Amino acid sequence: MPIWNPRAETMPRVDLEQLQLERLQVTANRAWEGVPFYRRRFEALGLMPEQIRSLEDLRQLPLTTKEDLRSGYPYDMLAVPLREVVRIHAPWETSSTPTVAGYTKNDLRHWRELAARVLSAGGLTKDDVIQISFTYGLLTDAFGLHQGAEEIGASVVPVTAGAVEQQISIMQDFRTTALVGTPSYALRIAEALEEKGLPRSSLHLRWAMLGGEPWAENARRRVESQLGISATDNYRVSEIMGPGVAGECKEQKNGLHVNEDHFLCEIIDPGSGEVLPPGQMGELVITTLTKEALPVIRYRTRDLTSLDPEPCACGRTLARMARVSSRTDDLVIVGGVTISPTQIESVLSGVEGIESHYQVFVDGVGAVDRVQVQVEVSSSLLTGDVRHLLQTQNQLRQRFEEALGLPTEIKFVEARSLSREGMRRIIDRRKGESSHPAQQ
Amino acid sequence: MLVLTSVATYYGSVQALKGISLHVNRGEIVALIGANGAGKTTTLKTISGILSPRRGTVTFEGRTVGGRSPEAIVRAGISQVPEGRQVFGPLSVKDNLLLGAYHLSWREKRARLRENLERVYELFPVLLEREQQPGGTLSGGEQQMLAIGRALMAEPRLMLLDEPSLGLAPRMSKAIFGAIPAFRDRGLTVLLVEQNARAALQIADRAYVLETGRVVMEGVAQELLSQKEVQRAYLGRGYQQVWEE
Repeated sequence: MPIWNPRAETMPRVDLEQLQLERLQVTANRAWEGVPFYRRRFEALGLMPEQIRSLEDLRQLPLTTKEDLRSGYPYDMLAVPLREVVRIHAPWETSSTPTVAGYTKNDLRHWRELAARVLSAGGLTKDDVIQISFTYGLLTDAFGLHQGAEEIGASVVPVTAGAVEQQISIMQDFRTTALVGTPSYALRIAEALEEKGLPRSSLHLRWAMLGGEPWAENARRRVESQLGISATDNYRVSEIMGPGVAGECKEQKNGLHVNEDHFLCEIIDPGSGEVLPPGQMGELVITTLTKEALPVIRYRTRDLTSLDPEPCACGRTLARMARVSSRTDDLVIVGGVTISPTQIESVLSGVEGIESHYQVFVDGVGAVDRVQVQVEVSSSLLTGDVRHLLQTQNQLRQRFEEALGLPTEIKFVEARSLSREGMRRIIDRRKGESSHPAQQ
Repeated sequence: MLVLTSVATYYGSVQALKGISLHVNRGEIVALIGANGAGKTTTLKTISGILSPRRGTVTFEGRTVGGRSPEAIVRAGISQVPEGRQVFGPLSVKDNLLLGAYHLSWREKRARLRENLERVYELFPVLLEREQQPGGTLSGGEQQMLAIGRALMAEPRLMLLDEPSLGLAPRMSKAIFGAIPAFRDRGLTVLLVEQNARAALQIADRAYVLETGRVVMEGVAQELLSQKEVQRAYLGRGYQQVWEE
């Protein structure tokens, strides 16, 4: 697939690092000058922006959290006067103050280019008809990817999220070749096709770029096999820009290339805040390098990943981040053991009859914590031989107890009975959490 | 080709450059713009060796030049056209030009002197007309051409141009700016410092905006042309209406 911006995406790393340093210093200068929140931070440490003399010096500055961004609601985190802001997005949540992302004309221009880069890396060309199934509105996904797709010159159909039946009709009538949306939405489309008995050949779909929620390799395999397409991952940070931060290259599908000339990435230990070396898994921390309206320094994304700076066989020199399969909020500690969705998924994978949707409940019964894994199974397993069912259940229970070191109860449920959208995978009922869709 | 990393330059105890990082790739025209006192000329002087950086590095074609003598830096391939022209008034135009090649060895000079002189005259025909006249009798614009010609005689690979339009009538400075893109065709790379930000951004590939010793903006020149902040940095705060030529 063509590299959208070869100069930027195949830059030698020594040149990239010089560019990052220049842009980091500009960002530090502008944040210090124009954003009271950051000025206070510098002053509290007795630091001046010119003391950021190298990329490593960034560590002297503290992390910015989502609460910090929220505390500036609506416009306090902006570095430019409002009249220079030409777009405002806000991932609106019902239960808490939103964060506001402002964009100047140049910010929009950069966003458009970065979205084009990730779409092109995933496989979009100007000959495609692309359907955007994200909700158009204050959220960043729909507009961000729409702009990028138009930049490439594909035929963009802004369907928005909605009834699956309508998505499918449009796909059939408009001869859509590419889909953009969440992985769970793509799976619903696949399920709807199956229910209606529609063959894959009734669609022209060949590729989907999915994101907006963590999804594992087995979910990708399901989407690819059920829809007969190639599926690539992409990464966005809605509080700062939206999609276009990183995207997989179709050739390798081995990590998501980060647009490092616009975003400086660090991996930290979520507990201590210590910066970890390349290859180690930790929380992704992002510093914007070119954002004019909303410069953000060391933003905790709460996403768990690792970075690999080795060049990719596709030709890009931009570092790759591992696919995000869990967030720091998803981790739960039971009996001294940290449980993550990635772990759960690796135990479940490869077991016949097990579908990809699951939920894990942690309860405190007296002094003892108990783990219950509810997982959807195929109807053939449920209605088939009882001994086989019990065997599978036992097998799974043993696997879990080995992996987690904790007594685990396994409960099989019918396919499609567990909620799909934005759900927490691991629900800690000891803390009073429920399985209702959590906010992002 | 040229890389500055976190350069800090002082005048005595006063810090004029507060960690300037920039780069110029071979064949580019890069502009450094900003208001008076922002540090533009100080940056050029740090590169050409008139000043030494107290912290940070200046490298040219992979070799450190920060802190080396101006002569060594000229020999390395960097030539500066100083602010205010500074031609040698009593000397003829031709002698001013020949002086530009002073540091080249006798053998090098014999081989290429004639050719280089002709190329300068080709670029600025008025200099040929006034070849024998004392440099000091030329008009401001002609002196600027002479200063540029003199720098070209040193056969530089990187030219540092300090405020070429300063004190010139608009038509003259247009002529000067019109000549600069032609340098690229001669294999020359240009770092241009200018108060006339608009003119500089129109011919540059990329630019850096300086404000009180710091880089506050960088990017593709075309994108910076429309920026309100660039206007503010160039003119200082509050001067909204003077932007138009």
